[in-house]
Amino acid sequence: MNGVQDMGGLECFGPIEHEPDELFHADWEKQVLALSLAMGATGTWNLDQSRSARESLEPSEYLSIGYYRIWLYALESLLLKYELITAGELTNGESLEPAKPLKRVLVASDVSQTLKRGGPTNRAVNTTACYSVGDRVRVRNIHVSTHTRLPAYIRNHTGVVHYVHGAHVYPDSNALGQGENPQWLYNVKFNARELWGERRDERDAVHVDCWEPYLEQC
Amino acid sequence: MTSKDDVHTHHHDHDHDHDHDHEHSHLDSTALRVRSLQTLLVEKGYVDPQTLNELIDTYENKVGPQNGAAVIAKAWSDQSFKQWLLDDATAAIASLDYCGRQGEHMIAVENTPDVHNIVVCTLCSCYPWPVLGLPPAWYKSAPYRSKVVLDPASVLEEFGVSLPAETRIAVWDSTAEIRYLVIPQRPDSSEHLNESELRKLVNRNSMIGTALATPAKHHKT
Repeated sequence: MNGVQDMGGLECFGPIEHEPDELFHADWEKQVLALSLAMGATGTWNLDQSRSARESLEPSEYLSIGYYRIWLYALESLLLKYELITAGELTNGESLEPAKPLKRVLVASDVSQTLKRGGPTNRAVNTTACYSVGDRVRVRNIHVSTHTRLPAYIRNHTGVVHYVHGAHVYPDSNALGQGENPQWLYNVKFNARELWGERRDERDAVHVDCWEPYLEQC
Repeated sequence: MTSKDDVHTHHHDHDHDHDHDHEHSHLDSTALRVRSLQTLLVEKGYVDPQTLNELIDTYENKVGPQNGAAVIAKAWSDQSFKQWLLDDATAAIASLDYCGRQGEHMIAVENTPDVHNIVVCTLCSCYPWPVLGLPPAWYKSAPYRSKVVLDPASVLEEFGVSLPAETRIAVWDSTAEIRYLVIPQRPDSSEHLNESELRKLVNRNSMIGTALATPAKHHKT
């Protein structure tokens, strides 16, 4: 979706703020992190659905409320969307309905192993990659109205395949609950001048990971 | 406040908690909102308070840039490890027992006199957790995410880094589940240092690309 999360290349946000407490500003932020990870581990929604929920906040909120409030509001919206809680329960902070069955609940003794296992996104596919390292590719001019990981600033630009990462879960499908639909994933190297014009040295580069459906031959 | 207190305050420790929520009403209301949500999810049996404590403890105390520093110091000291890191970073890093969530697929990019690498996630906040821990606030902020792809030199300037004119800049935008770790240049005059001394020169930002490794001559060993 063409939204405010896709901010690569904007220059309107002022200087970078360096804060003394760089990881957390308050204890509730830690709780939001833990709640988000623990609910993510139940397998009710996937990573792409979770990112999509964060991007779906009001743009003015997304830009102003701070990182962990984005996570909090998105978590609440996911809990409601997947009907694990009701709006009344959220308002009251108490359970009024029976709990819904979950695929799993993360127990403390499994935290370390679960985090170490992570969630690899590479998948075996029976297609061959369309492109090889060194191939010139163009980013297609696609504007999907749902979740995507194609940043606007590379659309219509040409680059060179730098790595072939293998086939990975395709976020554009996975975010919609349409399955993992794994696609070949490439690291594409763009000349900085191709993206940003005369302002940049032509020896500089920007590398972006792009799934095959984002690309076309050129 | 310890991380163990965090998830228990709503039961029995209101006064203590108020000290930490400050007087700002917005913060207070968010803290209450989080506490209320947590109470609900615990009551439902969806989350276990001990699990929450364990998760917070992991990212507050166990996983952090000291892990990445160990990887880099080993690469600086051991050419064959460095080659492994460049060829298959996921496996090389896993050999030191750093692996998993938000670091499932790693690539290491090496800074040289010719090229300086900087990592960003313009779309959200992707960051290699197993080696660097959680991202600092600035990494997740709009000013950094937006500007570093367009004008990395001025971002580096904001971080107090100036590069030689001949050094080109490569920015890595983490749009997929591949996580990038920068191998900073080993500082001059660090030849005499052993691996554990070298770790102290590997600051977090040097592994993101917004700093150089800490100079050896300024470092007390």
